[in-house]
Amino acid sequence: MTANPWVRPYVLTGGRTRGRRHLLVHTLVSGRGYDAAFAARLLPEARALYDRVHTHGESVAELSAHCGVSLGVTRVLLADLAAGDRVLIAAEHTSPYDPRVLERVIDGLRELA
Amino acid sequence: MVYASSPDLPPTRRTSVKLVVAGGFGVGKTTLVEAISEIPAVNTEAWMTQAAKTVDPLAPDGGGGGDGKTTTTVAMDFGRVTLASDLVLYLFGTPGQDRFWPMWDDLCRGASGALVLVDTRRLDVSFAAVNYFENDSDVPFTVAVNLFEGRQTHPLPDIRDALQLDPAVPLTTCDARDRGSVVAALTGTLGHTLDRTAGSGAPRIRGGPAAEPVHPMTPSTR
Repeated sequence: MTANPWVRPYVLTGGRTRGRRHLLVHTLVSGRGYDAAFAARLLPEARALYDRVHTHGESVAELSAHCGVSLGVTRVLLADLAAGDRVLIAAEHTSPYDPRVLERVIDGLRELA
Repeated sequence: MVYASSPDLPPTRRTSVKLVVAGGFGVGKTTLVEAISEIPAVNTEAWMTQAAKTVDPLAPDGGGGGDGKTTTTVAMDFGRVTLASDLVLYLFGTPGQDRFWPMWDDLCRGASGALVLVDTRRLDVSFAAVNYFENDSDVPFTVAVNLFEGRQTHPLPDIRDALQLDPAVPLTTCDARDRGSVVAALTGTLGHTLDRTAGSGAPRIRGGPAAEPVHPMTPSTR
């Protein structure tokens, strides 16, 4: 926590340690129309995440690292933003074992070798 | 700076895949991630705050005091490989300290596979990682011997014996500094996942919220 080092993380989230949905560390998040007036009303941590989401399509872990907001707090704040239709979260219900996706990853990696 | 993962493409049309790189402290996890990542391995200090039921509150670096809540700083690092405009691979290294099991569970949730790195000079530091994936996780995994000097010092069957590794778990060698070698190891892990999960035998994600269909049975095309 760089923005508010003296505040315990759960204060920022109203005591919640779980969001409305459970975001995985590699779940992708992106913006859906930047609203400057909305951004101005956000607490610094939520503001940093909201701003970053609208310039970079990134994973939850990247957003956490780049904004200096702990992973747990990042998850709760992003889930809140998504619940208010302020950010888009990639579908989490897809299987990590989808053979079509895994075969594309294998092919893509081989092109890098 | 060009960001290959285009923010213009809504995330609903992009897919991210995660592989976990595990092993004891100093076995080359970060080196392996850096050999292939398009970004410098991000070393982030993720803070876990939770009731002190799983983390020893009296651990020397555990912090938190005796108030029943423990805030623990766990360094984890990760890298990213953009494979197509709609497909991103993330590599997550496990925290070096084996006792952060909640973090391991979190990292492994939704992972497509895990690669456990071992160092033949210090096999014991990777025992915990092998045990974790054999007993406590359903994520398919393979094991790779990191060739620190670029050459193999022990025959693989001997290493398999020393690790008491299940015969069904692939064991290979890998030079964590070499991109081609890392690609071979990672594609081996993904190939093992495809073998393990083909047909009806798809493992369930351990620890996923029960209410969420995190792993719907997708019809196999293989």
